[in-house]
Amino acid sequence: MQPKLSLLDDALISRILDEAYQLMLKPGIKVQNAEARQLLAEAGADVNEETQVVRVPEQIVRKALETVPREFQLYDYEGKPKVRYGGDAVHFDPGSSGISVLIPETLEHKTAETADLIRVIKVAESLPQYDAQSTAVVCHDVPKDIHDLYRLYLVMLYSKKPIVTGAFTNQTVHAMIDMLAIFAGGRDKLREKPRAIFDACPSPPLIWSNFGAGQLIELARAGIPAEIVSMPLAGAAAPVTLLGAVTQHAAECLSGIAIHQLARAGSPIVWGGAPAIFEMRKGGTPYGAIETAMIDSSYAQVGKSLGLPTHTYLGATDAKILDMQAGIESGMGFLVGALSGVNMISGAGMIDSLLCQSPEKLVIDAESISMAKRLLEGMKIQSETLATEFFEGVNFKGGDFLKQKITMQLFQKEQHLPTKIIDRDSIRGWKQGGSPDTFTRAREQVTEILASFSRPALDPVHLADVHVLVLDLAKKAGMEELPRLDELAPA
Amino acid sequence: MSDELEKLFKEMAQSIIDGDSDISVELAKKSIEMGVPPLDAITKGFVVGVNYIGDQFGAGEAFLPELVMAGEAMKAAVATLEPELIKLGEAREIMGRVVLATVEGDIHEIGKTLVGTMLSASGFEVVDLGVDQPADKIIGKALEINADLIGMSALLTTTMVRQREVIEELDKEGLRPRIKVMVGGAPITRDWATKIKADGTSEDAVGAVQLAKQLVGKE
Repeated sequence: MQPKLSLLDDALISRILDEAYQLMLKPGIKVQNAEARQLLAEAGADVNEETQVVRVPEQIVRKALETVPREFQLYDYEGKPKVRYGGDAVHFDPGSSGISVLIPETLEHKTAETADLIRVIKVAESLPQYDAQSTAVVCHDVPKDIHDLYRLYLVMLYSKKPIVTGAFTNQTVHAMIDMLAIFAGGRDKLREKPRAIFDACPSPPLIWSNFGAGQLIELARAGIPAEIVSMPLAGAAAPVTLLGAVTQHAAECLSGIAIHQLARAGSPIVWGGAPAIFEMRKGGTPYGAIETAMIDSSYAQVGKSLGLPTHTYLGATDAKILDMQAGIESGMGFLVGALSGVNMISGAGMIDSLLCQSPEKLVIDAESISMAKRLLEGMKIQSETLATEFFEGVNFKGGDFLKQKITMQLFQKEQHLPTKIIDRDSIRGWKQGGSPDTFTRAREQVTEILASFSRPALDPVHLADVHVLVLDLAKKAGMEELPRLDELAPA
Repeated sequence: MSDELEKLFKEMAQSIIDGDSDISVELAKKSIEMGVPPLDAITKGFVVGVNYIGDQFGAGEAFLPELVMAGEAMKAAVATLEPELIKLGEAREIMGRVVLATVEGDIHEIGKTLVGTMLSASGFEVVDLGVDQPADKIIGKALEINADLIGMSALLTTTMVRQREVIEELDKEGLRPRIKVMVGGAPITRDWATKIKADGTSEDAVGAVQLAKQLVGKE
């Protein structure tokens, strides 16, 4: 029995959906993409071309919900299914959208560059807790025009895992799909076994920008999975109440799904988001707040009630270093996300809201994730009798159970064995080891991972083709050469 | 060494590593049939396995259940070989005689029992008195079996002071340094051991075996 957290009852879910449908009519959805407006108009929506506001009637959405796949998979480089979007499957990937990385020696939040993203990718690749890679940070040593596809390029070079990514323009999304198609052996094969999912973001409140709606349309037509990342900020860009934010989230997602399915019915799309409460003292978006997690858990429940695959942003922290606050917020976030049965939980590695990535945090978060995954496994019945058979030959002596074969056979099925990130040593053993705190232990583990990492073996012809494609785009963006990647064999 | 013998010793070590008492006993019987000197079976076969698993445990590669089961498999093998040893008039060299107990007022014994298992597996003769043992019982048993070592366990800060009482009693009777004392338990630190004039302490059962060997001059 997978343990579950439910913050909403059925009646409340109905109210949320009912009001979301009302919002789609009044005030309506602002759709800044002409093609999307046209699709909606053709389907019978009332479109005001002047204000770009579309009144989206419920039946358009209902019809779209009928054609959305309830489940699909992401595949790894080898074409093996690794991530199941659907049901209560729970997966984790590193948070993306970072602009900086935490430098462990100085605690500086340094603007991210190529080498930093490669470190993040290598660490995420080595930790089994991460079911997928993300395109975790923007590399500022390459021109802006290729920021999005360059991130994907690096992930493709250093990873075999599925990828959660996103384009920054309606043009580059095609280049990125082409890159993935080279590895997959063509766009058709990529559609059959998609390795990546692309984010598509509405702008709160109730706006589908030219870019956001464009992504929905391009991805739907390409048949590449799309992940809606709706971001109501409760109290600023959304109602202050958590339920108000959840309702706005539903309206943004439902209207997005309508546009997406009108572009191509049956294309896969995910009910996702990165909402937050709004911080009323500093004006920020606290991704480590429990209320943020409550909005996430609730909207996931709404999405599940519609039978949709789900995604959320949890496990990030607002702390600036890897301290107790980071541990509290990240651990709670993972737990809430896991118990809510969210299919993909993004956010690991992130500090300073969602601005800064840290490989050291990725290894610490991996332990949080293991704990959350253990909790999800729940109480297991491992033996015929629960206890009585264990007492055969036990003579009222503590320690006797250590002698039982079944103890040796079962203890690793019952107990998750943490890495040395989690300290369970005696005070003496801990002192002998140099009294390391969590951060120190994480730094050691990152050093070990990076030292032993070897780049996955990839088809050299595919590699060369992708390199040519990316180099061409880099040259158009004003670069003469791509940054030299030392580990790369000449293409 | 013949190939056959070498194979047997390897299997013996492996049976201990696997913590499989059935196989260790079977191999012990087989060695008797083959006419292998029982002492060789112990020192060149089974003990190799105990040492291996002890090292693995120390390195964090093996777990407590494996350690305990290895100890049990070792005990079972030695018990099988014992009648043969006696018949041949060759006693296994005893590393030392040890009395183990949890001190008066304290009923915790998992750690102490582990130490006992590992000490037996390593060739010590161990009398484990159990829990809640007053000083006179512990000392009386030590004198009775002519013990080289007393090992005392305490889990509580309120009972650890009893360790000192036993040591003071031993001193009063003039039994030290003939009888060495090791102390252990969760609250026991090296400072505490020094303070109460114990001869040593160890963090875990594997360390306790090393310490015991040192104290009896066998290492």
